Amino acid sequence: MKLITAVIKPFKLDDVRESLSEIGVYGLTVTEVKGFGRQKGHTELYRGAEYVVDFLPKVKIETAVSDERVDDAVEAIIKAANTSKIGDGKIFITNIEQTIRIRTGETGPDAL
Amino acid sequence: MSYREIDLMKKILCLTLLCALLPSTSFATETPLINGANTAWILTATALVLFMTLPGLALFYGGLVKSRNVLSILMQCFAIAGISSVFWLAIGYSLSFNGDGAIIGNFSKALFNGVTEGSVSGDIPEPLFALFQMTFAVITPALIIGAFAERIKFSAVLLFTVLWLAFVYAPVTHWVWGGGWLQSMGLLDFAGGTVVHVTAGVAALVTAIMIGPRKSFVRGNTAPHNMTMTITGAGMLWVGWFGFNGGSALAANGDAAMAMLVTHISAATGALTWMFYEWKKYGKPTALGTVTGMVAGLGTITPASGSVGPAGALIIGLLAGIVCFNATLLIKQKYKIDDSLDVFPVHGVGGILGTFLVGIFASENLGVFSGQGFADGISSMAEQVGVQIVGIGSTFIYTAIVTYLIFKVVGMITNGVRVSEDEEAQGLDIVDHEERGYDL
Repeated sequence: MKLITAVIKPFKLDDVRESLSEIGVYGLTVTEVKGFGRQKGHTELYRGAEYVVDFLPKVKIETAVSDERVDDAVEAIIKAANTSKIGDGKIFITNIEQTIRIRTGETGPDAL
Repeated sequence: MSYREIDLMKKILCLTLLCALLPSTSFATETPLINGANTAWILTATALVLFMTLPGLALFYGGLVKSRNVLSILMQCFAIAGISSVFWLAIGYSLSFNGDGAIIGNFSKALFNGVTEGSVSGDIPEPLFALFQMTFAVITPALIIGAFAERIKFSAVLLFTVLWLAFVYAPVTHWVWGGGWLQSMGLLDFAGGTVVHVTAGVAALVTAIMIGPRKSFVRGNTAPHNMTMTITGAGMLWVGWFGFNGGSALAANGDAAMAMLVTHISAATGALTWMFYEWKKYGKPTALGTVTGMVAGLGTITPASGSVGPAGALIIGLLAGIVCFNATLLIKQKYKIDDSLDVFPVHGVGGILGTFLVGIFASENLGVFSGQGFADGISSMAEQVGVQIVGIGSTFIYTAIVTYLIFKVVGMITNGVRVSEDEEAQGLDIVDHEERGYDL
């Protein structure tokens, strides 16, 4: 089992959700986050004073999938979130030691 | 009874009634008459001017600070509305508008003594005139809070407001509108260029320098937290200003109509000027710039609104946009004075500019740019401009000195006007009021 964490542009969230649904990934946790990478921030102008905004708003999505579905899920996210412009975000993949469904007590890939 | 008899009785009855009415009719000519139309308009205008502070200015300022201080701004505006009103009732009105002194009025109308249902000011009820002026006494100190926003103690704001109204606002109001020396000289200040905007602006400059910059100003992180709120408040200011300037005619007549028209033209022109100027200089037209230009246009036309024509207002609005824009850059960027919400460059400079320009555009000999003429007894533009400069200079210097002294005294009483560094970082909403503006 793998946890896929992706930081994407906020307006790409709906596309990514649809894309993941198409390949049968239905569980998704979404968090509104701020941060910066190579895109850096942007400037804002108030009464002639320029302010550098370091942290840009992004959306972080997390989804857990079985090992064999990781490549499909990553591909779906990339296909939906790619604008070919700087600031499209990143995908991180980590191992999951165990998954437990709270309602039934199921464990492992069955709980996904 | 025959028809004839009934008719006769009717005639007798009418005559009797007429006789009964006669003494009261002759009595009425001895008491000053109240004009219903004028009264109705000033009742309305009074509500509009209060609306400028609550919630207009409160929202305009509230959006410009950080979210941790939004409530402190709203709260200060409401508290000032309360405290200024009570002050005005207690002694403010009497000191400003009663008595023949050249410098200050007297206490004979303290607690509105003698201001009754039947007393008259001009041809409107005196309670109405006193209330209309009360709303001016509310907004003037409320304008100043933009200077020391996000770092002042609430107690200091309250104390400062009372002392400032007593020692700056009341005397200057008396000089200009209450029969004092500037009014006798022929100063043209229709709705408060000196009384409201120069006093508030200069007080803002002095207190901003004395209290020192915000920590966020030093770090360069003072961007507004809610522009939507600011622009909502700005819209209310524009509408409310119709009451401020139009009401200052104290009548429902051509003066009021022209005041409202020139006010509107100057606001529109000021907004456009700032917008295009910023667009050219920085590449983007900003919403904050546009509404700031609007306020500059409104502040600048205020002293001139009873004396200039629509084409004159166009020039005044244009100059307001250019001059106030540059003044803002100068104070904040060049001199690094944290007059946090730009009270001096917008209101102070606007008030000075407008009070000066009315000396020019009041002239009846400028073709399409003509106004309604100079003050009584003044025949030339040079003479009128001279009086205007005296008005600006005296108001500026007096306000600066007395505000400095008041702020010193307030500092002594409140053990320093400023909150601690930690408290400033935490935000005044929690520190001063134990509440939050938002719980999202």
